Amino acid sequence: MVKATRVTNQIRRLRFDHGEMTQAELAERTGVTRQTIIAIEQGKYSPSLEMAFQIAHVFGVALDEVFQYPTTKEA
Amino acid sequence: MSSEEKSAWVMLVVTVGAYAVYLAVVLGQASGTALAEVHYIPAMLWSIGGAIVAAIVLNTFAGIGSPKGAARKDQRDREIYRFGETVGQSFVVIGAVAALAMAMLELPYFWIANAVYLAFVLSAILSSIAKLAAYRGGLPTW
Repeated sequence: MVKATRVTNQIRRLRFDHGEMTQAELAERTGVTRQTIIAIEQGKYSPSLEMAFQIAHVFGVALDEVFQYPTTKEA
Repeated sequence: MSSEEKSAWVMLVVTVGAYAVYLAVVLGQASGTALAEVHYIPAMLWSIGGAIVAAIVLNTFAGIGSPKGAARKDQRDREIYRFGETVGQSFVVIGAVAALAMAMLELPYFWIANAVYLAFVLSAILSSIAKLAAYRGGLPTW
């Protein structure tokens, strides 16, 4: 069974805050496929640190405004 | 669907199809004679060659009409590819060990060749399924 990532993200909200940016446009600007953006948004894929920074740069925000990780271990 | 995911589907379908045809031909020839006496080599070579050609043709057709940029491969595609290949690799090792043991036992070449071929087939099937599962459900976190 695939263990889900604990990394959450605000990409969907940030896209809408940035003029309803499409997944395709974000994919184009970060150099990945639209399927990868969809997988990241749905929490099915944890991007590399480099890709995470590229996404944050597109939105002009800090990394932790895009991606979050729980500080306490869930039961 | 990305081109890499389509490619995993093509590999799965072609592998299963080619092996099914191979089995049908070999078992068809075996009626009334011992299985190890069957002339399996032409069927095996045609099956492998046909699978390679079919995969190229189907991948080419799958690429026609795909949206712009669908053929692009990114970090996630490469990670999924590596994951699938690693999972499938286990059967290649099992096949090699089985072939080694069969050679030591001096079993007929038929069984040794077929054990290796079956291992390649199972490796390709498992690898394709692992890739498709990763595309649909996500990569496992270690």
